[in-house]
Amino acid sequence: MSAATPPRAASEGVAASGAAGRSDGVDRGRRQILAWGAALAGVTLAPGVMLYDLAHGRPPSEPASPKVRWGMLVDLNQCASDCDACVVACDTEHGLPRTKTATSAQWIRKVELKDARGGARSVPVMCQHCADPPCVDVCPTGASFKRADGIVLVDRHTCIGCRYCMMACPYGARTFVHEPVTGQRPEVPRGKGCVESCTLCVHRVDHDRIPACVEACAASGHKALVFGNLNDPESEIARRVASYATSAVRADLRLDPGVRYAGL
Amino acid sequence: MRATLDRPDARRFWALAAAGAAVVLAGLYAAHTMEVRGHVVTGMDNRIVWGMPHVFAIFMIVAASGVLNVASVGSVFGHAAYKARAPLSGLLCLALLAGGLFVLMLDLGRPERIVVAATHYNFRSVFAWNVFLYTGMFTIVAVYLWTLMERRMAPWSKPAGIAAFAWRIILTSGTGSIFAFLVARQAYGSALLIPQFLAMSFAWGLAVFLVVQAAMYAWAGRVPPPEVLRRMGNLLGLFVVTVLFLTAASHLVNAYFAKNVAFERFILVDGGVYPALFWGAYVVAGSLVPLALLWRPGALGTRDVVSAAMLVLAGAFALLYVFIVGGQAWPLDIFPGYATTSSYGDGTIAPYTPSRWELALGAGGLGVAFLTTVAGVRALRFMPRDDPSIAPATGPTA
Repeated sequence: MSAATPPRAASEGVAASGAAGRSDGVDRGRRQILAWGAALAGVTLAPGVMLYDLAHGRPPSEPASPKVRWGMLVDLNQCASDCDACVVACDTEHGLPRTKTATSAQWIRKVELKDARGGARSVPVMCQHCADPPCVDVCPTGASFKRADGIVLVDRHTCIGCRYCMMACPYGARTFVHEPVTGQRPEVPRGKGCVESCTLCVHRVDHDRIPACVEACAASGHKALVFGNLNDPESEIARRVASYATSAVRADLRLDPGVRYAGL
Repeated sequence: MRATLDRPDARRFWALAAAGAAVVLAGLYAAHTMEVRGHVVTGMDNRIVWGMPHVFAIFMIVAASGVLNVASVGSVFGHAAYKARAPLSGLLCLALLAGGLFVLMLDLGRPERIVVAATHYNFRSVFAWNVFLYTGMFTIVAVYLWTLMERRMAPWSKPAGIAAFAWRIILTSGTGSIFAFLVARQAYGSALLIPQFLAMSFAWGLAVFLVVQAAMYAWAGRVPPPEVLRRMGNLLGLFVVTVLFLTAASHLVNAYFAKNVAFERFILVDGGVYPALFWGAYVVAGSLVPLALLWRPGALGTRDVVSAAMLVLAGAFALLYVFIVGGQAWPLDIFPGYATTSSYGDGTIAPYTPSRWELALGAGGLGVAFLTTVAGVRALRFMPRDDPSIAPATGPTA
């Protein structure tokens, strides 16, 4: 069998050399068709890939993109005053103590409002992730910073614990670690003597997950919290902000918070 | 003669140094405790984020700048009586600045990261500017002292004095700006705080100077020249009136705005310890009584001036306590028009009781200033040397 059948490479080599002159024009045509096809596929798929990328986080090696503005919409019409699922979820997610004193960590809290006519509201308040954050302006070392995608964070390595950012925050959203920390979560390092606040669950967002409070609120059936990219007109948060009246807390300060409230 | 005038006897020096060192050690121990156990041992919390340590620190930093005013009047404006006091004024400036920074740094949540503060700057931060202003002040005043105390450098004392004068104005403006650049709270966020802090620095710095000068003269067995006392006492009175005027203007303007009426009522009328300290300790005891002592008919004695100066200093602490702690005790107005409650204490007055650790740390800063002064006076020639025409010998000068 081996004698009757020439080695494959040799036969292909002969065939190729024999057909070379005739097939040049055909190959060029095929290549062109393939190129056009690839280009068409690229044009068709690229926006989708891009939108997917913007809406669903990013690889860890890439920096945060200024094309994204992460934000949260709090629908107070859906928020129940007897529910603190968001607070419990935040504490659990970040390893924060559940008992609240004047010196404990409170990254999100429920503020009960009463107006002069007896109307009541229950309002979750956390870092508002301002576009122009006073805490970032005043921080002497630059430990308070805003990511390109709008999330305001504290760099635990350069925070010296001066608490000027706490003086500057109009929302009382930052707390100071007053005691040695126990029960830390590996993805949420904390440290005595540093200031901290809501990170918008950046460790989850960067891995294509929603913040713990939003997840817990949905699980509780209230669905008062909506998280997403304010810059993406197709996102639920952007559509709802565009369709319904929403407001910023202390809008008079014009800090352009990433957290918006409906029904305030 | 120089031994008596310039150098307290060795036993007295070591006793004073030991007392100062003991207070500094107590401050260091307090800082160590705060470092190990956390700020939970203090009375400060998430709402009163700056407390008693900041009252001490800001007092010393503001007074440090103001005490240099004595030197400035001498070097920049050429008054001989003040020129004779310029070296002591420079020493007190360095001592108070060191004391203030001692407290400010050791109160940090992470004091061991002070190197981070010196190597990472956010130039939008008033605090970061202040780091430069403090270090620059040390350098400029050290050079200024050199020109004052080294005969060969004397021709440079006026330019150095002008530089120090300019720097101290900027430094105190920077301290006032720490509060002026705060949008969040009703007590702060006013450009008026900058001139107010400048006036406070003039008054408090001069008061410190008068107390220290009186002590030095007393230890030397002498009394300060009456003419010098009269001038400096009069100047202190003018500064006290200026602070009163600017404080009144600040509160009146704030109270005109409807959104701030409740806050001003809290600070000035029904806020418990805050109005009591404001009216009783600052306005009456810390301003009106000193003015009565300084401007009453008749010759001004050392006791009048020292009593007035010490009352001004007590009033300074009261005013700063009301300003810093009272300003934070009032709740943030996050939801205007609503009554609010929360686990954070929204809508309620934040309580504050300073702990012994905070008081010890603050006192430790005063100890640093005291120790620096005592050591400086012991080692170098800081006793004012007046022209005999204005300072006739009035006591034993053996």
